[in-house]
Amino acid sequence: MMLYATFSKPDKLSVFWRRVATECVNIGISSLMIVMIISLFIGISVTTQVGELLSAPWIPDYTLGYTLRQMSILEFSPTIISLILAGKVGSNIAGEIGTMRVTEQIDALDIMGVNSQNYLILPKIIASMFTLPLLVIYSMVACIYGGYFICELTGLRSTEVYVDGIREYFYDEAFTVYWALLKPVIFGFIIASISAYYGYFTKGGALDVGKSGTKSVVTSSLLILAFDVIISSMMF
Amino acid sequence: MIELKNISKTFAGTQILHDINFTFETGKVNLIIGQSGSGKSVLTKCIVGLHEPDKGGSVLYDDRDFTAMKRRKRKAIRKEIGMLFQHSALFDSLTVEENVGFPLVMFTKMSEEEIADRVNFCLKRVELENKNNLFPSEISGGMQKRVAIARAIAMKPKYLFCDEPNSGLDPKTSIVIDNLIKDITYEYGMTTVVITHDMNSVIEIGDNIMFIFEGKKWWEGDNKSIIRTDNEEINNFVYASEFMKTLKDKLGG
Repeated sequence: MMLYATFSKPDKLSVFWRRVATECVNIGISSLMIVMIISLFIGISVTTQVGELLSAPWIPDYTLGYTLRQMSILEFSPTIISLILAGKVGSNIAGEIGTMRVTEQIDALDIMGVNSQNYLILPKIIASMFTLPLLVIYSMVACIYGGYFICELTGLRSTEVYVDGIREYFYDEAFTVYWALLKPVIFGFIIASISAYYGYFTKGGALDVGKSGTKSVVTSSLLILAFDVIISSMMF
Repeated sequence: MIELKNISKTFAGTQILHDINFTFETGKVNLIIGQSGSGKSVLTKCIVGLHEPDKGGSVLYDDRDFTAMKRRKRKAIRKEIGMLFQHSALFDSLTVEENVGFPLVMFTKMSEEEIADRVNFCLKRVELENKNNLFPSEISGGMQKRVAIARAIAMKPKYLFCDEPNSGLDPKTSIVIDNLIKDITYEYGMTTVVITHDMNSVIEIGDNIMFIFEGKKWWEGDNKSIIRTDNEEINNFVYASEFMKTLKDKLGG
């Protein structure tokens, strides 16, 4: 019922697309800095630890770069970053819509004749599905650069060997990138729709808005993990 | 004119409203009064379609049966409704100007200049010029109510609903809001419905009053007859404060 109202034709297309653009900024651009910082530090941390573990003479030197690339593409950037965004973006969406519910702003929209579900939720879903893959691309790049910097700074491996590892078998395994970009599209839908659902059906006051935020983060995180398993099993 | 016919409402087996029949007249300030928890807000939500009344009840907007209509047809009537909420319900993320212009942007094909003119007219009508670019959080509660009234009248509505317009306001600002509601009702010939338990409002602006007690319509009349009625529940409500009791005694009952 909610999805039917959400995916119906917008009341005014020009207003709708303006709202999508605003939500892209709210969800995507405002999350860029935190995604970049986390990814960079994870890249540094993983390279440092894995570099030590892979120091046996019978393991090729390029394995470090290759491992980091695969870790970043397969799991860290699409899934862990989506889990982080489920916390940041999900609680934000549930809080915003929940507050609008308890302060009667949604009632005001309904009484005016605005389809409140379509007006409030659909732009967030589209923006989330559009910006999450972009954030994942930035995350992959930042993670790999994190490894590069630590190699440059500490000499754990030479940067040439590290870059060789990043390039190793890339064309043979390019399909992993497509899957990695499919995941955040699905996760973006999960985050925005679940959070909007909990926010929209908030009843009570400020305390209940907080509870809706918590429920939305827990539920969307669990669903992200479940879909990650399903998509990963389909990939190989 | 809005007619209520046999409006009842039950939530989870508990009946909140019992068979209410009433007519809100055009060009008058119609009041729904009653104690907290008597069912005023539920009744209002049934009238504007936020709640569906129980089977058999109907709400007629100028003989158009709102309760029997499907969502799309209701939308046409909703555009004729303006509503002032208890806590104003202004959109936090929009400026005063954008709040007032919101229904115009959504539902009309007016140009930006025409919308700006209409917004400025409405803000001038509620005496809030030069506040266009402020956000709701940057203005006082009384100003927020006036912005909400400006938003409610932006689409030139035929029906205006005000849910406790004076709650949280000082007596002087309450009088300003009451006068504004009365003036725009007469000026635009609207059917105005005010939900209140503020006795000053009842005496000042109540052209047509319905008193609800325990979910039932208990009494109806106007602001003159309400102070003379011998209905016990009404008197308990009207003369609940010592001030009103003293006033009644001085006026000789």
